[in-house]
Amino acid sequence: MPADGEAVRARLIEILAEVASAGWAPIDLSAEPAVLLMVGVNGTGKTTTIGKIAWHLSKELGLSVVMGAADTYRAAAAEQLAEWAERAGADLVRGQEGSDPGAVAFDAIEAARARGADVVIVDTAGRLHTQGNLMDELTKVRRVIDKQLPGAPHETLLSIDATTGQNGLRQARIFADAVEVDGVVLTKLDGTAKGGIVLAIADELGIPVKLIGVGETLEDLRPFDPTDFANALLAD
Amino acid sequence: MFDQLSDRLQATLSEVRSRGKLSEDDVDAAMREIRLALLEADVNFKVVKAFTKTLKERCLGEEVLGSLDPGQQVVKIVNEELTGLMGGTGSELALSTSGPTVILMAGLQGSGKTTACAKLARHLRENGKKDVALAACDVYRPAAVDQLVTVGKRAGAHVYEQGTDADPVEIAAWALDRAREERRDVLIVDTAGRLHIDQDLMDELTRIRKRVKPHDVLLVVDAMTGQDAVGVAESFAEAAEFDGVVMTKLDGDARGGAALSVKAVTGKPILFASTGEKLEAFDRFHPDRMASRILGMGDVLSLIEKAEQQIDEDAAKDLEAKMRRNQFTLEDFLQQLKQVRKMGPLSGILGMLPGMGAMKQLKNADVDEAELDRVEAIILSMTPEERANPHMIKGSRRKRIANGSGTRPQSVNQLIKQFDQMRKLMRHMASGKMPDAQQIAQMTGTAPRPRARRR
Repeated sequence: MPADGEAVRARLIEILAEVASAGWAPIDLSAEPAVLLMVGVNGTGKTTTIGKIAWHLSKELGLSVVMGAADTYRAAAAEQLAEWAERAGADLVRGQEGSDPGAVAFDAIEAARARGADVVIVDTAGRLHTQGNLMDELTKVRRVIDKQLPGAPHETLLSIDATTGQNGLRQARIFADAVEVDGVVLTKLDGTAKGGIVLAIADELGIPVKLIGVGETLEDLRPFDPTDFANALLAD
Repeated sequence: MFDQLSDRLQATLSEVRSRGKLSEDDVDAAMREIRLALLEADVNFKVVKAFTKTLKERCLGEEVLGSLDPGQQVVKIVNEELTGLMGGTGSELALSTSGPTVILMAGLQGSGKTTACAKLARHLRENGKKDVALAACDVYRPAAVDQLVTVGKRAGAHVYEQGTDADPVEIAAWALDRAREERRDVLIVDTAGRLHIDQDLMDELTRIRKRVKPHDVLLVVDAMTGQDAVGVAESFAEAAEFDGVVMTKLDGDARGGAALSVKAVTGKPILFASTGEKLEAFDRFHPDRMASRILGMGDVLSLIEKAEQQIDEDAAKDLEAKMRRNQFTLEDFLQQLKQVRKMGPLSGILGMLPGMGAMKQLKNADVDEAELDRVEAIILSMTPEERANPHMIKGSRRKRIANGSGTRPQSVNQLIKQFDQMRKLMRHMASGKMPDAQQIAQMTGTAPRPRARRR
């Protein structure tokens, strides 16, 4: 009975979309400056996502953006961010390789305040959630940001690679413990992976997906649409 | 590494092992648990199905039910099948007989190719005494070339780059010419991360492969990849015809099922595993050893190999004699500590000991390397006389040592106390008795501590 099949499918999509939108709230940019903190495991697309967000804010919304290159660990991470900053028309604050990431975040916010910038986006080094000392370092970066500008960061985004399997839930849980994650950026959705693990993240932790990455150019960042996502999950 | 999978399998198997006789129902129940454990570990569902089917057939066969100890027999079968699933005994890189060996690295974005290139270069340099060059063919990702230059130099390799304006295929060909001219042993070609469905970039990969004719093509796979891994691997198998897999980010708590599936579906073995932020955290992958590690049987072979690489045999003999005569001093302890630390992070070494996985207090022990730094600093602040006879350390000496090492007098006291315990333990061992886990934990200072104590 195809008619009933369709009805079941429609209902299923509705349920999935509802689960996926748990705890959703728009990214709040009302603070001056609004501070965004980007965290995640190595290779999930943090730096690329920051480039895209900055481009969107500056070219489409006309906001002035300062990036803080607090990934002082990986070789050439700051150079990579610098290139994105140039493409997006954002300012960049960076430190020496190996310098304290908290200090870079601090300087970035200070610079943004001095210049009257609208948004600060802080990049951090990728780290596996199992490395206790690196997670502690991240908590410290967050604390430093809060000290410099009480109430900041106003939005902490966790990047999750769509190809990630069951491990994604553990990543989200531990990052949320360390830095109070507000939302997920689901990256690399332009492949064949569907990123189903974000359903478990939304359901168990109440952390919704806010943005999705669908390609390598500046425009390839979209708001998350739960219904589209549920549709894609069930497509074959 | 594989911890979660390992926990579940071990729990299931110890259940089976405790029975004197196995019924078909017992085997069914165990298979169900094993199937769940593998699915939770992101092993591809088709692979899981095939795996448990073979397993069950073997477990219900004559060799188990007729044996005296069926539980033990089941463990043996799971071990064999798991080893088979991961690729049997270890495979090796194919090396060139004349001219440089060319290794092409490919994979999705963010799987860790550039880091793996540098780690592999270091590995070949240290273990095979090879002169290695790296070719920077990722011209797309911003600053990818800079990154390869930096990590390549750190690994002691030559980096051939032409910036980001040249065509990756041309760069690869030019790098190969240069590697020949300069008579390098190995050329590792780093490529841009690409999605397996991006036809243009996959074609480019095929062109690079045809141009430089690599001896080995390695697919870099993130250990955290989910069910999608199989599709990715199949596409790369077609475009890149890869020969083996480098599994990265194995130091997380991912269950690594993806890599197991890749082997099962494409038949290509896992050659290397990358297990940490540092360049040294990279090793050959031994399926048989990994299987027994997953089943909690330890990986003594790897431990011995590591020890052989690092520990001076004469020094070890000398030490053993001292231990027997109970003349072990803090100076000896310092030397020993330094040797053990040369083998890599302690937490990694503990994981290789049989039964350690099941030992709770060691499992959760977060071995604090900084703590060991402090121990070294304290001993280094002592005079030779004090090192030989720690009991003379009182009042002002203690204060001086604490100042010298940047610690507090309490820490000095603590170290001396631990050292005393250790000597006692050694006396025991010298008389042929084995210490229990609690004692070892005290001795190495790895008893679990509340996280709040860490910075």
